Amino acid sequence: MLGRTASGLFWMARLLERAENTSRLVEAGFRMALTRSQPGEEEWRSVLVTAGCCDAYLERHDTIEGEKVADFALRDRSNPSSVMSALHAARESARMTRTALTREMWEAINDFWMVARDALKRPPSETDLPEILTLIRQQGAQVRGATTGTMLRNDIYNFVMLGIMFERADNTARILDTKYYVLLPSSASVGSSLDNVQWEMILRSASAERSFHWLNGGNITPRAIADFLIFDTRMPRSLAYCYDTITYQLDWLSRQYCQRLETHDLAASLEASLTATTIESVFENGLHEFLTDFLVRNASLSSQIEKDFRFAE
Amino acid sequence: MRLTVDHTSTYSYETGVSYALQQVRKRPVSLPSQSILSWDLSIDGAHWETSYTDHHGNLVDLIQLESGVTSVSVSVKGEVETHDTSGVMGGHSQLVPLWLYQRYTELTSPAKGLRALAGKFSRYPAQDIGVLHELMAEIAGVVAYQTNETDSHTTAEDALQQGQGVCQDHAHIFIAVARLLGYPARYVSGYLMMTDRVDQDAGHAWAEAWVDGLGWTGFDVSNGISPDARYIQVATGLDYSDAAPIRGLVYGAGRENLVVSIQVQQ
Amino acid sequence: MAEGEEIFDEMHGFGEGVRAPYASYGCWFDKTTPSALLKKSRDAQTFFRRTGITFNVYGDAEADERLIPFDLVPRIIGASEWALLVRGIEQRVKAINAFLYDIYHRQEIVRAGRLPERLIRENDAFLPKMIGFDPPGGIYTHIVGIDLVRTGPNEFFVLEDNARTPSGVSYMLENRETMLKMFPELFAQMSVQRVSGYPMALRRSLERSAPHQASGRPTVAILTPGIHNSAYFEHAFLADQMGVELVEGHDLRVVGGRVAMRTTQGYEPIDVLYRRVDDDFLDPLNFRSESMLGVAGIFDVYRAGGITIANAPGTGIADDKAIYSYMPDIVEFYTGQAPLLKNVPTWRCAEADSLSYVLEHLDELVVKEVHGSGGYGMLVGPAASKKEIAAFRKKLEARPSNYIAQPTLALSTVPVLTKAGLSPRHVDLRPFVLVSSDGVEVTPGGLTRVAMKKGSLVVNSSQGGGTKDTWVLKEG
Repeated sequence: MLGRTASGLFWMARLLERAENTSRLVEAGFRMALTRSQPGEEEWRSVLVTAGCCDAYLERHDTIEGEKVADFALRDRSNPSSVMSALHAARESARMTRTALTREMWEAINDFWMVARDALKRPPSETDLPEILTLIRQQGAQVRGATTGTMLRNDIYNFVMLGIMFERADNTARILDTKYYVLLPSSASVGSSLDNVQWEMILRSASAERSFHWLNGGNITPRAIADFLIFDTRMPRSLAYCYDTITYQLDWLSRQYCQRLETHDLAASLEASLTATTIESVFENGLHEFLTDFLVRNASLSSQIEKDFRFAE
Repeated sequence: MRLTVDHTSTYSYETGVSYALQQVRKRPVSLPSQSILSWDLSIDGAHWETSYTDHHGNLVDLIQLESGVTSVSVSVKGEVETHDTSGVMGGHSQLVPLWLYQRYTELTSPAKGLRALAGKFSRYPAQDIGVLHELMAEIAGVVAYQTNETDSHTTAEDALQQGQGVCQDHAHIFIAVARLLGYPARYVSGYLMMTDRVDQDAGHAWAEAWVDGLGWTGFDVSNGISPDARYIQVATGLDYSDAAPIRGLVYGAGRENLVVSIQVQQ
Repeated sequence: MAEGEEIFDEMHGFGEGVRAPYASYGCWFDKTTPSALLKKSRDAQTFFRRTGITFNVYGDAEADERLIPFDLVPRIIGASEWALLVRGIEQRVKAINAFLYDIYHRQEIVRAGRLPERLIRENDAFLPKMIGFDPPGGIYTHIVGIDLVRTGPNEFFVLEDNARTPSGVSYMLENRETMLKMFPELFAQMSVQRVSGYPMALRRSLERSAPHQASGRPTVAILTPGIHNSAYFEHAFLADQMGVELVEGHDLRVVGGRVAMRTTQGYEPIDVLYRRVDDDFLDPLNFRSESMLGVAGIFDVYRAGGITIANAPGTGIADDKAIYSYMPDIVEFYTGQAPLLKNVPTWRCAEADSLSYVLEHLDELVVKEVHGSGGYGMLVGPAASKKEIAAFRKKLEARPSNYIAQPTLALSTVPVLTKAGLSPRHVDLRPFVLVSSDGVEVTPGGLTRVAMKKGSLVVNSSQGGGTKDTWVLKEG
């Protein structure tokens, strides 16, 4: 496989995942705004921070308001991580790697882009927003379905899965880090309804509210939430699950290519440190510090992959 | 005359080269005027990729610089038996049509100065070798031999305007005017043994024009003569860029510095 | 065309009833309701958009991915008509290849006085760096498209030769796939020759042209300028169908005297490169130095026999329209036979007599730039306004040798489906030809381009033309 193709697949998958994650953040923010009486500026700000585009937003807008944030996060082409920007770039990557994709997969991605482009032609009104966000979720599911249902399990698939998992791990870690202070033991002791809302926002942003409640039977504690999103391998957006998949895909590549690279050692050590750590020690050593360290190591592993598999010269 | 050549060009770069490919035209072929007895090319800081004969009949070696190097040297060492043909190189054995040698190139395209110079000779009959000798003398008169005033990108027109230049500029001016006068003309790079010294300052270059009945005939403007047994022809082309000893692409190396050491002796 | 001249319709002839190749189709059509067909037509467009078969039109940034209209009435060619064409095409393609070899060697045709030296000397598509080089297998044009037009039952003319980079083969293949999906019953009734073997035939043909250095099965790749090129879809489509890598310039570099592609596991040498990048941009070391689309040193490796470039650099000269006007002489010179396919009569504006004739008859003629393609820079006299003609006259007078002129032929028509039923539209035909050391292979089919506007003679997709599936019937 061409190094450029591996790069295209990896980034296509990352960007598709990013588009979905961004729309999920907007969905969570919108939900929060609905259930509160005051404007919810803080919730929308955390949407922007988690999506990594707060500064860019503030360069263009003076105030943080739901509709403006939704427009910026979904449609604004000057925002490189907006849903439309990410989808456009993902489709370009898909076009570039067209020969590596199944027809079904290419069509699902092309469809995703066309449907989103039509739905987001104009700034979405609050009334239309839920429907549009549902549409985006469905289209994303179709791409995933085509991916798992039609692609050969070879290096093409490996790079797609790696892209998804790196983006996802990055996203989950940032959701937690943006709100880490509401998860600290000190805030748990307060246990106000305000915190409950914050916790729900975290779970919703990671599409985890139903599964969390189902597993924990209504016992909401910050520790349980953090444990779930970091260490629970049953949860497909947890850091542990992502790293499970990342090492699995990398092992595949190593067998297929008959070579073990620096990437493999880095990934193994990151996964090992996730496995060896408990939620207790995370809180002891500082949640924020843990997440910051994870984000850095996640990013450097991603660059090591780009280097080892010759994404560019 | 048996000549030996020992020539090393060393290029040094400000920063490590990230990627570079060079075409090397430093291997002469046997001609009526020269028999190559031995010839070796060696490179340091780069590796040989491939070689072939280009459309002008030159032997070309493609080399790639090692990534990160700050210095590359290309050396040739050889022995050549030369014969004095009074500058007449003879027939045209290549498949290149003669009209191609009447094309103006970037380095030889004429403007006012060259046209005016050609105008001085336009009253002469065509295909007269005497005209070309006069042209050679005329150029030497108006463009003084002077190093460091021009470089390998200087055009014939600019060198003429400047009134000074080196053998490359002399050859370009001669070629451009010869073409204006209707002669196919080409650029030759090679070696000249200056009899008063062993260490030469630089490689040499001169021009050839096609004269009906004689064939390719050499004119060394810088020395005011037609090549004799002290000359070794290495490469030919429409201008310097076709026949340059080394030309290519260098990425990410910063400023380039060249040190040349050439010894030609009997 | 002259007014009142009769136009040959490939389905209905000169009005004498449905012609033999269309007999079965005609019966089927009569039993089909137009509204059902129109619905299928819309389905086809949706299908094309979803699968991403699009065409970028130069200079049209807004609609960067526009669909070429597809008409679902097939263009049907009988077996004997086709056999006639194939013989003519083979002869012409062999002659083109021999011509290219000759002009990059001794130029015997010029020495013999059969072709003016000026046509090569003044031609930008003539590549001096190719002089004296023998491409692997002696083949310059591995892939050729010959544009044909028809004016009567057995009257075919070559409109132009595409030896540089003929595009459109993906439409031939996709149009057939679409037709098979929409009308399986028709294919069951009629014996239409397959075109689907083309990608593998292309791969085999390229593999056979590998340089001597290749050991084992040669590695073939397609070089594309990238996703923003108008024909990118076709490049990706062919790579996919042939099972070869689709590479861009920055995937390649010279390694070990070969051109190699950067894979996830290191550099892998390529034996045959089907390039869809123009000569000028192919190699920044040897041609345009600012090119970002090419590979530095590929031409050196090529001359050293380390790779096959298909089509060979410098083949574009065969597409030149001034050269075209000499094609009958060229065919005769190299094959020793009279040409089987006719040229459209052509006035070379470089010649004074022709120029004055052309200037007097601008309103009747089609005037084309000798190096132009894609329907750009041409004048269609009968369709042009007085103002357009006057403006063109100035350009023509300023550089006569840049132009040739041809009569507007009474191009044949084939019906297209409209809301009002079938309606005739002018068409041309581009069959696709593969050349290897094993010979010349013409795929039974091709790209039929159709002017979608009634009466229009311009079929170029860049000018709003559409396409049709082309059926070549089997013998008997």
